[in-house]
Amino acid sequence: MTKKAFRPDVDAPRWTGGHTPYDIAKEGTIALLVVAILTIALATVFGSPDVPAVTIKRWSNTTPVDFAMTALSELSATSGSALYGAPYNHNAVGQQLGPLQLAKWVGVRIPINAVNDFVINPLESLPNQGALATDLQQWKQASTSQRNGWIADYTKAAAHLSFKSGNVVVTAANAGPVPVLINDLTQMARSGALDQNLVSHSGFYTTDYTLPLLFIADGSYLANLADLQHLKGTQWGMMNETGSYPGQAWLWLYTFWYQVPPFSQSGNADVLVWGFMMALTALLLLIPFIPGLRSIPRWSRVYRLIWSEHYRGLQPASGQGTRPSADRPATSRATGDITRPEA
Amino acid sequence: MSTTEIERQWTTRLRHRVAAKLPPEKLLPDTQPTYVSSWIYVFGVTTLAALVVVIATGCLLAIRGPQWWHESDIGHFVNSLHLWSVEIFFFAMVIHLWGKFFMAAWRGGRALTWMTGVVTFVVSILTAFTGYVSQTNFDSQWISTQAKDGINATGGGAFFNVLNLGQMLMWHIVLLPIGAVALTVLHVLLVRVKGVVPPFASTNEVES
Repeated sequence: MTKKAFRPDVDAPRWTGGHTPYDIAKEGTIALLVVAILTIALATVFGSPDVPAVTIKRWSNTTPVDFAMTALSELSATSGSALYGAPYNHNAVGQQLGPLQLAKWVGVRIPINAVNDFVINPLESLPNQGALATDLQQWKQASTSQRNGWIADYTKAAAHLSFKSGNVVVTAANAGPVPVLINDLTQMARSGALDQNLVSHSGFYTTDYTLPLLFIADGSYLANLADLQHLKGTQWGMMNETGSYPGQAWLWLYTFWYQVPPFSQSGNADVLVWGFMMALTALLLLIPFIPGLRSIPRWSRVYRLIWSEHYRGLQPASGQGTRPSADRPATSRATGDITRPEA
Repeated sequence: MSTTEIERQWTTRLRHRVAAKLPPEKLLPDTQPTYVSSWIYVFGVTTLAALVVVIATGCLLAIRGPQWWHESDIGHFVNSLHLWSVEIFFFAMVIHLWGKFFMAAWRGGRALTWMTGVVTFVVSILTAFTGYVSQTNFDSQWISTQAKDGINATGGGAFFNVLNLGQMLMWHIVLLPIGAVALTVLHVLLVRVKGVVPPFASTNEVES
């Protein structure tokens, strides 16, 4: 028989002490009943939040100027989505984890062309286009420099963009078809047609809301509503939900890193936080094999609180010797003591 | 068929192995070591009980589809049950996890039990997250448009598109629950095979 040293953070001592009756089926049933009753009580008292989804129709009717400016950013390919990079397009390198350009390496898997997907294609889908058809044709036949010239002129004038009598009002004489495109897209949005167009591009049945969500997120309306609900990233938003509900409280550590340097000051915050959380998760997973980390429970002595009844039972009567501990094992079987290690 | 032939069957061998690893008295014990008497043990079974309620209320929501709870008071109440059972599930699970950490519950050949528990925790977080982005309301819009940046930055967004409701809903109600339940079953079976970890007590040597 070979023997090896007992490793207190790896090996468990063999239990040779007593046993007590334990009705696992009864305990499970009681736990289920208690949890069910507690759930019903919490649901009855607190309910659950359900703030209706933002629609492009609502956004463009509530803040038409914000919508029109967002539409302009899509047409000029300067919006967040247009300049996102992978997986939507090649217009940015994306975030980097040191030398690793993970998103770029994976590539464009959900191709999005902001100009066409958010502006030109929806407008082309409109029936009875009339003057719009001419303007769309003008846009499509123009050179890149011509388009950029129109966009520059409109963007300059858009500092004074307003919405009056149901129309986007901009004084931009050299903006070519851009005023018509922006105004008609705004009208389309206000009618609700743009909501439907952006989800129906792949056919009648659809469950993919990538396009409308990106478009909405490019504007300020959604973020302003989130700000009112204290949901923004700087407000620990990812783990919260509308109202005073606990939300995803279990994401507190993930959200915490966004609030502190260097993550809060980095342009690569997302990938840095993800990488850091993956490393922490790996540590948690592999604790049993990591010297030092696996000793923390024994060093902390919290286990004495957890098993306080057990350790009290090991205490000898007054004057009968020293108190047993993890470092000084007891020997009395009568008290349910541990004398031999598990193999 | 000879007895030898029967003994060589895969089924017979499998039965013998299962019976040796997990005899009925281990699978459903009627006694426990005396040290299994602490408030902390409540949270393991509470997590399991909450998981049952989470799945039951999720199934109720599934019957009428993802829009039902917006249109019906009963549906909204079932959604509230689902939400709060999830909150109880995570509350109990986190305490269970930290309790097991401070018990160093991986000792005595229980590392796989610990690891299945950690992976179950991670899968549960993913399951809850996909639920939050599948609510089809303002919360799901905001959470998904924010979360996309994190996942896209890792390259994962190319395959796991949080803005795609259909994909997220399928992960939430099919793939991830199957994973979470399978891992939970494995975790519990490992607990039953190896037993509850004993308290710390040093000894000089361990037999091999």
